[in-house]
Amino acid sequence: MHLFPLNSYGCTRFKAIVKAFWAKMSGQADAIGADALSRMLVVYPQTKTYFSHWKDLSPGSAQVKKHGKTIMTGIATAVAKIDDLTAGLLSLSELHAFTLRVDPANFKILSHNLLVAVAILFPDDFTPEVHVAADKFLAAVARALSQKYR
Amino acid sequence: MVEWTDQERSIITGIFSNLDYEDVGPKALTRCLIVYPWTQRYFSSFGNLYNADAIKSNPNIAAHGVKVVHGLDRAVKNMDNITAAYTDLSVLHSEKLHVDPDNFRLLADCLTVVIAAKMGNAFTPEKQAAFQKFLSGVVAALGKQYH
Repeated sequence: MHLFPLNSYGCTRFKAIVKAFWAKMSGQADAIGADALSRMLVVYPQTKTYFSHWKDLSPGSAQVKKHGKTIMTGIATAVAKIDDLTAGLLSLSELHAFTLRVDPANFKILSHNLLVAVAILFPDDFTPEVHVAADKFLAAVARALSQKYR
Repeated sequence: MVEWTDQERSIITGIFSNLDYEDVGPKALTRCLIVYPWTQRYFSSFGNLYNADAIKSNPNIAAHGVKVVHGLDRAVKNMDNITAAYTDLSVLHSEKLHVDPDNFRLLADCLTVVIAAKMGNAFTPEKQAAFQKFLSGVVAALGKQYH
């Protein structure tokens, strides 16, 4: 299957798809972040353990919206640094490793909910080709965020 | 045994009674084959899977997608004992088809994305939770008879 051949052309094509789709969706980034986080907290209740200090964990709450925005700012950084995620996300990796200490299994969970949120807002644009590029990208972001853990 | 609230039951029956199998089935399977290309290993006899366009226009894949999504019907009808309802299908996937059970989870994730795209905002977090709980039950049941 030759969707993304393992050479630099393939990588370039996949990055181009990510950047193009980000350009299309970035206007709705805050809504996507809030929706993805809302879904994660409802569908995977174990993730609420990281937010025991919040007053309101319900979908669309002020705290959820604010944090959704924070997450999407991180995603925006990742898109901008797509050519070297390890270097580009170094400080975020240190934050997650030493301060937040989020179990990296949760990166996959949030990624899934980001994809669901995007599919809802962009049902026609979120084609299988965009989906695979986005999934690969989010997995690469998760790897970069996990770098400083151990 | 999985416990279901009345609300969860009605969410599941609601999703499936309004489901366009002929549309969702092919979309879910083709998405799975494109997003997780290693899943193509089980479809070498299905014809041209050379690229995304070939997969999307492959009639064998489309027909199989419909069949697979209809395979969920028995879980909808047997929500209180999904495990038992899938004993024979689990044996089939293990002993005859030799499918790595992790693939069931991958297909379930793609089906969730397809349903989300179709239902839009009607696919609320609560509906997503019930739907994913349902699919997790099917995924577990299909893996149960592997040894």
